[in-house]
Amino acid sequence: MDITRLIIVAVGGQGNLLSSKVLGEAACRLGVPVRMSEIHGMAQRGGVVESAMIFGDAQSTIISDGEADLFLAFEPLEALRALNRCNSKTIVITNTSKLPPFTAAIGKGTYPDIEIIKGLIQSKVGQLITLDANALAKEAGNELSVNMVLLGALIETNVLPITADSIHEAISETTKKAFVETNIKAVELGRSAVKQ
Amino acid sequence: MHKLLVDQPGATKFLLGNEAIARGAIEAGVAFTSTYPGTPSSEISLNFFQMSRESDLYFEYSTNEKVALEVAAAAANAGVRSMCVMKHVGVNVAADTLMTLAYVGVRGGLVILTADDPYMFSSQNEQDNRYYGKLSGLPILEPSSAEEAKEMMDYAFELSEQLQEPVLFRTTTRLNHSTAPVVLGEMKKRVTSGDFPKDPFNYVTVPAVSRKLHVKLLKNLEKAEALACESAYNFIKGSGGWGIICNGVSYNYVTDAVRDLNIADKVKVLRVGFSHPMPKTLIQSFIKDCEKVLVVEEGEPFMEEMVKAFAQEIQYTNPVKGKDPELFSRLFEFDPAMVRSNIAKYFGVSYDAKDLTDLSDIPELPQRPPTLCAGCSHRAVFYAVNQATEGAGTIRTTDIGCYTLGFLPPLSAGDFLICMGSSVSTGCGFSKTTDKKVISFIGDSTFFHSGIPGLVNAVFNNHDVNLIILDNQITAMTGHQPHPGVDMKGMNYNGFNQISIESVVKGLGVEHISVIKPYNVKKSIAAIKEAIAHKGVSVIIARQGCTLFEKSLKKHVGKPFYVSDKCKNHKNCLNDLGCPAFYVEEDKVRINAALCSGCGVCAQICPEHAILPLK
Ligand SMILES: Cc1ncc(C[n+]2csc(CCOP(=O)(O)OP(=O)(O)O)c2C)c(N)n1
Ligand code: SF4
Ligand code: SF4
Repeated sequence: MDITRLIIVAVGGQGNLLSSKVLGEAACRLGVPVRMSEIHGMAQRGGVVESAMIFGDAQSTIISDGEADLFLAFEPLEALRALNRCNSKTIVITNTSKLPPFTAAIGKGTYPDIEIIKGLIQSKVGQLITLDANALAKEAGNELSVNMVLLGALIETNVLPITADSIHEAISETTKKAFVETNIKAVELGRSAVKQ
Repeated sequence: MHKLLVDQPGATKFLLGNEAIARGAIEAGVAFTSTYPGTPSSEISLNFFQMSRESDLYFEYSTNEKVALEVAAAAANAGVRSMCVMKHVGVNVAADTLMTLAYVGVRGGLVILTADDPYMFSSQNEQDNRYYGKLSGLPILEPSSAEEAKEMMDYAFELSEQLQEPVLFRTTTRLNHSTAPVVLGEMKKRVTSGDFPKDPFNYVTVPAVSRKLHVKLLKNLEKAEALACESAYNFIKGSGGWGIICNGVSYNYVTDAVRDLNIADKVKVLRVGFSHPMPKTLIQSFIKDCEKVLVVEEGEPFMEEMVKAFAQEIQYTNPVKGKDPELFSRLFEFDPAMVRSNIAKYFGVSYDAKDLTDLSDIPELPQRPPTLCAGCSHRAVFYAVNQATEGAGTIRTTDIGCYTLGFLPPLSAGDFLICMGSSVSTGCGFSKTTDKKVISFIGDSTFFHSGIPGLVNAVFNNHDVNLIILDNQITAMTGHQPHPGVDMKGMNYNGFNQISIESVVKGLGVEHISVIKPYNVKKSIAAIKEAIAHKGVSVIIARQGCTLFEKSLKKHVGKPFYVSDKCKNHKNCLNDLGCPAFYVEEDKVRINAALCSGCGVCAQICPEHAILPLK
């Protein structure tokens, strides 16, 4: 099987570990070989959290700089910061809703304009897909379902051999009962937001 | 039922490396487990803890790693399969025990898990603990993946019982924190009790006994070497004139590189999973017909040095390389592209490395460093210390935990740090050799772990230090584990006692003791001033539960605060306290109500009393 490499970056607390878990469970259900690794040492203290997921017959669980085929960012500044993970063919999906780091929030350093961020990313990668996942999460009925919205947008690229059905099943199995419905709704909102 | 206790042999589960390790131990019939928490090993223990609540598995959070190992060593000598889990630096704490336990040995299997952390994602150093195998004479097993780790755990227990000595099980962060589909196996029955037949002439390590035991250890080492040469975990893949010897996660990068470079017919790979004692005859027969050999291992040239020594014995003179300015570094972790390009370079394979994206036009981005949470009591203490010592030159020795983050501006509460427990003792050294007042910070878990001996020393030798114990009633940094000062009953865990830090400190004869509530700023500053004025040892216990933990227990229900229009823009709150709930809008400080925990510290320091609770 061809190897597809996905990197997910987020800020601690945005729930990206759950989205990678759901994605991994979905792959397992479909018998798609998958491995992932996460660095989440300081996640709870507001640092950056990164997951690498490798689909297909590879042994490595990490992805070298420039080698991501797919790149999903939960936050636009972090998308820009981690651009070294991408190459000129990478498909990038980023949330456009900002979460300014404390440094910028108190005026130490400037958070770049969102259009500048988009322009810079666009100029260096294969394709850039953007969506306001926070707004869609709200629409789904739970502000914390940003992770599911982005997961929906990700699978809609059809680069991964993962079906929406298997994502729904994985959500029913791995997320809290009370949230299953809004999570699935969030996935669907994410999918339709990026439908071409 | 806990997901690692389900009896479904053949089922595939998507498991974290640490979960696979815990499951492997359960399948091997482990019955007694102990730990002191430490990233990247913590989830192994967390799973043991959870499973121990619903099965006859014994688990304990021990005071420190030395204690954890001693408890497990005795259990294993009663014939019970035991496991002791720690991070790499934990083995330093347990090393005194480890070195002589290697002489004494065990009766039931004992596996000591050391989780190394190349690149120091969450550690103070990146020492390579394979040298502990060499130093102690104990076998080392090193898996390459989550699935293999699970499987290898059973072998580790078998090996330990076969050799009658502990086995070191070494992982690295990338294995502990990687996830893969893992197939569950059968679970052996747990044997939770045994007996200890007395035999003091083999178990009491007086010199005459130890002389005998050292002979036994060396004989065992020979036996272990023969086992390593036959072990299924030291295997050869492929055939060809080039040789690669690798271990752990490096094996994954090598495998992918051999495929990517299309050199499967030119290279053979020896994966060493039983790495101490090194399988000498296997390695000699592997290298003898190689044109050249590359050793791929993160960290120190542990295998490389041995391979070179083995090569010398058989007069093998072709190149053997590994750590080299042109090839691999001892620093940090490896990655697939690095391994691929070094293999290509060393064996002369042509290959187009991908051009890295040109990022020269990306502006400087605001950093996102980890910070103390909004409302963290540590911040309140550091603020109070800064106020109480304004203008006075102080040295602040600090320790390891969330509070270490206080060393960053604007709090700047940390000038010196080595390892857990070092704050008090280094404080003693600075106070004798400088004319500055010394303040030492230590967390509650760290105090019990290794801070007490330093405090005893300070009292006995009459040092002039002020120790502030940051008692947030949990081990926060590593994921909120209990420690001896925690109120377990309050969390619905029965069968534990609670040790009062005040009583310990009093019992040690500290002359000046005060307990402060960090959210009460004025009183805290006054208490700190008083303590510093005291010549000799003074201790302040700053008690306030960890905000993040209390939030997770839904315990903390403070109302968020806001900045009213009385604000005259002094920005003291921002510049001296720096709570991450603050943000600046049109040059005015605002509070993000979703982040604010309602601790009220900023409200107390605002000279205009402009910060008020939301109605
Ligand atoms: C020898 C050793 N064991 C374990 C660790 C991992 N570790 C780092 S800080 C810490 C404990 C922190 O708890 P505490 O002192 O209560 O501070 P808090 O994080 O709660 O502020 C641990 C276990 C370590 N660094 N060194
Ligand atoms: S986890 Fe607790 S101790 Fe650590 S920074 Fe947050 S509030 Fe403070
Ligand atoms: S009350 Fe002030 S210091 Fe406390 S958490 Fe809220 S903003 Fe931060």
